[in-house]
Amino acid sequence: MGVGQPTTLGSGFITTSLDKLVNWSRASSMWPMTFGLACCAIEMMATGAARFDLDRMGILFRASPRQADVLIVAGTVTKKMLPVILTVYEQMPEPRYVIAMGACASSGGIFDTYSTVQGVDEHIPVDVYIPGCPPRPEGLLYGLMKLQEKIRAERNTFGAAIGIGDVIRS
Amino acid sequence: MSDLAIVEKLKAKFSPEIIDVVEFRGETTVTVKKEKIVDICTFMRDTGGYNLLCDLCSVDYLGQAPRYMVVYNLYNITTKERIRLKAPVEEQGAQIATVSTVWGTANWMERECWDLMGITFVGHPDPRRILMPEDWVGHPLRKDYPVQGSDREPYQGRLS
Repeated sequence: MGVGQPTTLGSGFITTSLDKLVNWSRASSMWPMTFGLACCAIEMMATGAARFDLDRMGILFRASPRQADVLIVAGTVTKKMLPVILTVYEQMPEPRYVIAMGACASSGGIFDTYSTVQGVDEHIPVDVYIPGCPPRPEGLLYGLMKLQEKIRAERNTFGAAIGIGDVIRS
Repeated sequence: MSDLAIVEKLKAKFSPEIIDVVEFRGETTVTVKKEKIVDICTFMRDTGGYNLLCDLCSVDYLGQAPRYMVVYNLYNITTKERIRLKAPVEEQGAQIATVSTVWGTANWMERECWDLMGITFVGHPDPRRILMPEDWVGHPLRKDYPVQGSDREPYQGRLS
């Protein structure tokens, strides 16, 4: 029951803010795109499998960008692969979030060469960076929980979506 | 050794073409002039029985003349014998005839060689890039190609 609500609503109701409801649903069902690029993808698969079990957090890998909320850039981004990543990112519906997993996706890593993008944030906005080469599943889990914190701190995303005001991100 | 036998046959048939024959730790390497490389490769396949082109690669000897060397690693599946052919290619023009008519697998290997080293294979049926993006400029495995790309300041050593 919400504070100060008339009891005639009965016990089947609660009151809350729209932000909290929207953020709760988004943070509790972050569906990442199944998109592995290099060895980081092996750790991502391990994170999704039985031992670490992303499903318990409501994080289910989706095979289509149309159904995904989070793009985990797991591995080295080559200049030849970059147009594919941009296409996948553009196909994802908003709100969408990007995690740069590992040293390569964050900064190019050891591949300081002509063929490698020096950090995927040069081309798409990144919400969370996870260091490591590759990060252990605990690292990816921590990054995903950081993203959940970030989503929970958003304000007025629903209002902005229907044309009332702007999104406030703290 | 039958490797030597085919080398003797090769010497007998293409004696003006052969520059050098080296044998090191059981590996035979024959350096030939590039002009008749298709004839030599056809001879190696038909008479020598080298029916598989294991790999076709190239070396950049920057500062030497001729600058490039195209290397053919041949394998005889029947007798399990190997031999290596090398053909020098000069920097000017950087051309050599294609052997994709001799071994079909040379098609992609020559595309890779052109893509990364910039050696043109004359008569190649499909001369496109195979590894780099199609709009790429330059050939990255050349020794004078900047390792971090042409759009960045060259590496000056560690800052700290």
